[in-house]
Amino acid sequence: MDKGARAAALRAAFPHTVPVMTGYLFLGTAYGIFMKTSGFPWWFPMLTSITVFAGAMEFVTVNLLLQAFNPLNALALTLMVNARHLFYGLAMLERYREAGRKKLYMIFGLTDETFSVNLTAEPPAGVDRQWFMFFITLLDHSYWVTGATLGGIFGSLIQFNARGLDFMMTALLLVIFLNNWMHEKHHWSSLIGLTVTVAARLLFSAATFVIPAMIGIIGALTLLRAPLQRISDERTGGAS
Amino acid sequence: MTLTQLLITIAMVSLGTIITRFLPFILFPAGRTTPKYIQYLGRVLPPAALGLLVIYCLKDVDFAGAAHGLPELIAMALVTALHFWKKNTLLSIAAGTVCYMALVQFMFV
Repeated sequence: MDKGARAAALRAAFPHTVPVMTGYLFLGTAYGIFMKTSGFPWWFPMLTSITVFAGAMEFVTVNLLLQAFNPLNALALTLMVNARHLFYGLAMLERYREAGRKKLYMIFGLTDETFSVNLTAEPPAGVDRQWFMFFITLLDHSYWVTGATLGGIFGSLIQFNARGLDFMMTALLLVIFLNNWMHEKHHWSSLIGLTVTVAARLLFSAATFVIPAMIGIIGALTLLRAPLQRISDERTGGAS
Repeated sequence: MTLTQLLITIAMVSLGTIITRFLPFILFPAGRTTPKYIQYLGRVLPPAALGLLVIYCLKDVDFAGAAHGLPELIAMALVTALHFWKKNTLLSIAAGTVCYMALVQFMFV
């Protein structure tokens, strides 16, 4: 892949990352400030945002770092909080198949937001899809690291009422869900994702409902395998 | 904790995140044929995963609290209506966020 094609992929990727940029710069800065005010040096938020790159988990990490040393507990908690990422991998198996060596980085950077954008964004004709998705991942990561580092360095100087600004990420994910809704052939999977997760949240606590929700979603999709496959076969004229 | 212990803890969180992201790719490598059932899941899961994410964002909303989750519900209804109408991603996100910030800063304080 030559330089020109990579530059074209980067240019095509950037507009798709603008909403994430705004959200990550803000949340990343908030994270940097939180870590700084919790008593850690300025380079800690930079280090964790580079090596972890999982927003919610990094906020949890600050609490972990303030408790007694327990590495196995840290690992177990991370596996639980980030279990939803297993779904992203399954969904991206085919999409990332041809990515070559950069696939390692693309999997490493598979956050909620990067997953959603890479799942639904279409590169313009002639742009390499794998490089396009690689640059979306890289840009998102750089926004997060930039925000966290700035927050760590200048954190205590920033004063403005940003209460509610974090809703931007919710709005972004809702919009991606709606975009997908408008383009999908049937709504069974979308509806299963919404209803099963709501049911799981009603039955379990905010800290424990994700894994039951995932099991419920897999269960529902497995039960509906025959009819759902029939629907997609009909719509695509028998090709699977 | 000492600096070494802090760094080990961060490394464990990094490792845990890497495991959850890489596991599907390790279990079903590109070189081998992926089982039909997993291929099916990979095809039908994405919309459900997006649905799960939307609800996941609301996991800490206290619907029994003073605001009854109204700021979230109003702002999300606005995003949905606006998006079906204008289909403009940035406009929907900006309007929803401004609406939500106004609600939590001035109406449901």
